[in-house]
Amino acid sequence: MVSIAGLRIGATVSSPFLPNPLASAHSLDISDAFLAAARLILGADTAFFGIVRLSLTVTLAAVTAAAVIGLPLGALLALSRFPGRPAVIVLVNGLMGLPPVVAGLVVFLLLSRSGPLGSLGLLFSPMAMITAQTILVLPIIVAITRQLVEDLHGEYREHLASVGLSGIRAIPTLLWDGRFALTTAVLAGFGRASAEVGAVLIVGGNIAGYTRTMTTSIALETSKGDLPLPLALGLGIVLILLTLAINALTYGASRFGARFAG
Amino acid sequence: MTAESLSYAAGSKTLLDRVSFVLPAGGLTALVGPNGSGKSLTLRLCHGLLTPIAGEVAWANGKAGIGRHAMVFQKPVMLRRSALANIRHALSAIGVPYRERGPRSERALDRFGLTALAERPARLLSGGEQQRLAIARAWAMEPELLFLDEPTSQLDPGATRQIEAMISALKAEGVTLLMASHDMGQVRRLADRVLFLNRGRLVEDAPVDRFFDAPSSPDARAFVSGDLVW
Repeated sequence: MVSIAGLRIGATVSSPFLPNPLASAHSLDISDAFLAAARLILGADTAFFGIVRLSLTVTLAAVTAAAVIGLPLGALLALSRFPGRPAVIVLVNGLMGLPPVVAGLVVFLLLSRSGPLGSLGLLFSPMAMITAQTILVLPIIVAITRQLVEDLHGEYREHLASVGLSGIRAIPTLLWDGRFALTTAVLAGFGRASAEVGAVLIVGGNIAGYTRTMTTSIALETSKGDLPLPLALGLGIVLILLTLAINALTYGASRFGARFAG
Repeated sequence: MTAESLSYAAGSKTLLDRVSFVLPAGGLTALVGPNGSGKSLTLRLCHGLLTPIAGEVAWANGKAGIGRHAMVFQKPVMLRRSALANIRHALSAIGVPYRERGPRSERALDRFGLTALAERPARLLSGGEQQRLAIARAWAMEPELLFLDEPTSQLDPGATRQIEAMISALKAEGVTLLMASHDMGQVRRLADRVLFLNRGRLVEDAPVDRFFDAPSSPDARAFVSGDLVW
């Protein structure tokens, strides 16, 4: 058996925090864990891909909803002047760092049986997870859009006013011309939603085959302690690949924008 | 177009003080004066980008419509799109029907020899090309009156020559032009009439030859002879 020096952690597995007695019966070899994870990923395991698919569906739906609401809202905030606007901007910027568990808690309270929207019966459903993640992503998209559109408007204002596009009539032009930079905002939202575990765990309930996502699976698997955790590791690899892909897209979007839009 | 007692102030500082003049159709009128004399401000008030605190801009045939007058800025504002799309956008903004936008945009590029640049991203064009595109964009809107705010001040002599040729062509077509400039050679080459502003006041309104040969006010005399006026 090949083992990587320093990574042989068999001795630690007998820890009382890991309840499965089988796990401590043999030592964990990291390369075995990776092999098992690779088999899951490459072997098109249905349960595994069910989890990946649900995660992506929930996150994509949430990011789409947040973009549809957030892009115009951010642009509106960029162009409008009203008393209390600075406070709203600070609030939105601050909400970019909203802890996912708090977003989850708010949606949980809204959707719970006795909550104001309890009659919809949405708690512990993918729809509830989409709602929670939308709340999480929305401030990111609104805040970045507000900043980008405000800067762009500073540059365009006189010309747009000159051709009769003043005030909110300038918004479509500004959003379109900011499209490459705004892609970054949307991808940042996607990155945050795909990586979070708190909100989907609280409102989704981590129900196998229904609301179990990549992140909640990993959390569950590690708490089970059923080493070597091929499922968790496999999902972890997918998450990292996803993050890399998002960053590649962000980089590509800005390069593409610089090349084709100036 | 008639400007009647246009005044503008920022805070307690009066920037433009009761400026009145009439622009008959046709010809090029130059707005000259030292920096800060109110040239750009006058253009912006006439174009409607700013609202005067007193006075008004009146138009000969009724109310000024969007697109009846256009403006070319010192630093051209180029949208993050192709040269052609920049013109199409302006036409769309002023309400030109969808089907006419393409042909009119292409005609404008063709008119000023910019067809080869049609698909190039406008912001990646050179300064001179951008300003030519800005003028083509304004021309495509078929304005009766065109405001030009120091259109060549950031350009090299070669590009300036091309811009001046475009301006002369517009003048020959009968477009009324009001141009701010601090290039006195350019004013001599292009203008028919000069409005001399100093410290927010219209000091002199004269045909171009008389302005340069026999300015009637001491400030204008000092300005023409190259002295600092303030």
